[in-house]
Amino acid sequence: MLVGLLIIIPLIAGLLVFFTKGNTSRTLALSLSVIEFILSLVVLFQFKHNPESQNLILNCSWIESLGIHFAVSIDALSMLMVLLTTFLVPLIILSSFNTTYEKPNSFYGLILLMQMALIGVFTANDGFLFYVFWELALIPIYFICLIWGGENRARITFKFFVYTLLGSLFMLVGFIYLYNHTGFDTGIKSWAITDLYQAGKSLNLSQQSFVFWCIFLAFGIKMPVFPLHTWQPDTYVTSPTQGTMLLSGIMLKMGTFGLIKWLMPMTPLALEKWGGVAIGLAVFGIVYASCIAIVQKDYKRLIAYSSIAHVGLIAAGILSANQQGIQGAVMQMLAHGVNVVGLFLIADILMRHTGTREMDKLGGIRNMNGNFAVLFLIVMLGSVALPLTNGFVGEFLLINGIYQYGAWIAAFAGLTVILGAVYMLRSYQAIMLGEKRDSAIAFGSLQSSDKWVLYIICITIIAFGVYPKPLNELAEEGTKLIMMNLK
Amino acid sequence: MKGLFIISGLGILAMLAEIFKFKKLLYPLVLMGILAAYAMNFMEWNNNYDIPMFGNMIRFDNVALAFSGVILVTAFFWFILANDYFEHDHITDHFALVLFALVGALMLTSFSNMTTLFLGIEILSIPMYVLAASRKRDLASNEAGFKYLIMGSFASGFLLFGIALIYGATGSFDLMAIRAFISHANGDLPAFFYAGVLMVLVAMLFKVSAAPFHFWAPDVYEGSPTVITALMSTIVKTAAFAAFMHLFLVVFGGVSETWSMVLAVVIALSLVISNFTAAAQQSVKRMLAYSSISHAAFMLMAILANNRGWASINAILYYSLAYSIGSIAAFTVLYNVSKARNSSNIEAFNGLGKRHPFMAACMVIAMLSLAGIPVTAGFFAKYFVFSVLIGTSFKWLIILAISTSAVGVYYYFKVIIAMYFKSEESPEEVTMETSHVLLLALTALFTIALGLVPNYVIEIFN
Repeated sequence: MLVGLLIIIPLIAGLLVFFTKGNTSRTLALSLSVIEFILSLVVLFQFKHNPESQNLILNCSWIESLGIHFAVSIDALSMLMVLLTTFLVPLIILSSFNTTYEKPNSFYGLILLMQMALIGVFTANDGFLFYVFWELALIPIYFICLIWGGENRARITFKFFVYTLLGSLFMLVGFIYLYNHTGFDTGIKSWAITDLYQAGKSLNLSQQSFVFWCIFLAFGIKMPVFPLHTWQPDTYVTSPTQGTMLLSGIMLKMGTFGLIKWLMPMTPLALEKWGGVAIGLAVFGIVYASCIAIVQKDYKRLIAYSSIAHVGLIAAGILSANQQGIQGAVMQMLAHGVNVVGLFLIADILMRHTGTREMDKLGGIRNMNGNFAVLFLIVMLGSVALPLTNGFVGEFLLINGIYQYGAWIAAFAGLTVILGAVYMLRSYQAIMLGEKRDSAIAFGSLQSSDKWVLYIICITIIAFGVYPKPLNELAEEGTKLIMMNLK
Repeated sequence: MKGLFIISGLGILAMLAEIFKFKKLLYPLVLMGILAAYAMNFMEWNNNYDIPMFGNMIRFDNVALAFSGVILVTAFFWFILANDYFEHDHITDHFALVLFALVGALMLTSFSNMTTLFLGIEILSIPMYVLAASRKRDLASNEAGFKYLIMGSFASGFLLFGIALIYGATGSFDLMAIRAFISHANGDLPAFFYAGVLMVLVAMLFKVSAAPFHFWAPDVYEGSPTVITALMSTIVKTAAFAAFMHLFLVVFGGVSETWSMVLAVVIALSLVISNFTAAAQQSVKRMLAYSSISHAAFMLMAILANNRGWASINAILYYSLAYSIGSIAAFTVLYNVSKARNSSNIEAFNGLGKRHPFMAACMVIAMLSLAGIPVTAGFFAKYFVFSVLIGTSFKWLIILAISTSAVGVYYYFKVIIAMYFKSEESPEEVTMETSHVLLLALTALFTIALGLVPNYVIEIFN
């Protein structure tokens, strides 16, 4: 029942917010999303004490004749993703308080509807339901980018939409193929995830390969993995900051989460055969995106490319299909979600205070606002995965996992550590240190809402860097479940 | 069965109305008549199953009743949309022609003999030729009627020749007899029988406007009055598909190796040509015409999967219902917009989101449904087609269909973008009658409801 509430509350909240006006919209949206976060903590409490509880499962029939159920449940993995979503959405809403958007009711309403779909994706236990939520998540973000985006938004968001839609249709085909192979012993076809797992395992190699690539296409586009990434930098730069945060902080994780929970256990043979190719693509993407990030002038675009590099490492870790790799990927998904939201907020603050994100025109902001410099530094260090920040645990496990798969490939993947440090530290130096530029003069103190978001993010970065155990335990538990299904 | 009588009776009544001067009463009478026919349809459900009538000419089994139901529902919606069309000149003629076309459509759902098939097609087509040209002083409308007539009669010629060849081989017009003959012959059939099947296939492809037999469709759709275009792309299409399905799933299912590859190529061509040409159109009306070719290709895919039994029939039924309702909504908006702004170009939709939010919202739902985005009816329509086709050897068609429907999203979303993100150039107020508002609300509701609970349609034959 609780898990049903998790999905229904953002839906109702979103619809409610549509009927408000002016500043009430954002206050209402913020308070409702905080309620949702508190609810997710209650779910966590329940999960910790009684993971078998009926409160964490909801299963009712939707379209009986096709074996489609509205089945959602909480396991360790989805618990973490739900927490990430419910934690980030209030922060994302709070971070918008210093920007006035036209039609704020639609803006915040769409964010909350998006949250509903995301939680649906992370908790779904029925292939069809997963697909429906997956598509539902796309529609609000499309409109957020389209209505409140920057230059050329119609063309760029359209490219994004078609890319992801194309991918998800292929995923649908893969799922239908699996669905048609369910129920050989019972004669009843079913979309339940366990039945899809079984159906996938009963296929031979070439059939599994078909399913693998169909579904991988969808996840690969969403993350994005090289060479499916071409929609991403433009979309990230053009979207309003909150849209970018949703895309990179949470939506990207739909792809990696799908890879772990929905693809790998279904096609173990194909994974063995094609995993290497997919890892190769991911690792190539790491190096490629890092190199492009180094030469970027626009800070927001730099973060966009850094995101491709990070997700490439996550994907490689997942596809290496061992305990360390997947567990590291889960940890890194959480850390990256928090850090990237911080980074995009910083880009937004720079834009608002100085009117530019060009790193050539920025400089010396530290002298104007030392407080901001410290916060920026912490977020940046979290992003380059310094020990004692939240990024470290995940990255360490990831490279460890990839090393078990192959030493050479790990050597290339490890470049992300060096290259990441290069572009992150250089950008920090260019923006914050050095001589004071004209643009920096006007950089006053931060508004309180920005400050709060950055405080919360920095506390999270340090807290889970020093004491990652609670998250790590959950990630380990979730990974073990997946590893069991992989065998 | 009784529904067919009621509609025929209404047609004759419409002609009498001119003489006995009750023109004003005709519109409510027709609406009530359609509802009555629908009610009759409903009552006959499961009752007359499998009883051929009139010397094996017609058989109203449950499949026929289901498709008749779709046609009658669409017809009811269509008459609400087209109320303007029956207000000026030639009122009774227009009524009679549309009603007779409807009779033809109902016959196409229920024929059980090749002669009834031919009669149905002609009864449906001849009024449509006239209706396409019914804006007498408009050159484009005349051209549309003329083109439709020439191309349509050509197709009828093919059909007749095909029927003759099949008769020559099997010695019967009766569908069940032909089917039995095929299954007894065990592949030992004369070559001209196969030629006959292919000729019937070509004629039917003409009628559903699949590429490469689609050249008439865009001009005819664009030239005809908008409401007639709506009639063509909904009721005529549903009827033609009911007939197509009956012929090729039931009767010629035994010789599917003759026509399945041909059909696969036709589908592939239709998908590519229609979607890419639609994307290049400036006129929304013409865009809808090309998109209807792509929808035809999707429905043909369900026929191609001819070994899936009821699943194929379910898929076609659901698809035609979803598509008809989506089209009626799209045409209602198009009709009102083009009336106010004197243009059916995409620019005419600019700023509609601000000017008339309700109309724009309904158009968004219709476009999402036609593009196949969940949780609208159009999504499940595509889903069912994919799920019947994926078990066959034509998986490559699914891949092609997916890739081209991404192009489809492009042109459907062009309308949405125009409505919400382009500032309007023409200041003309777009107004809408209350009946059209109700119609749009109904179609939007239907589209969402069908997407949320598709069970009621797909479990209909269980």
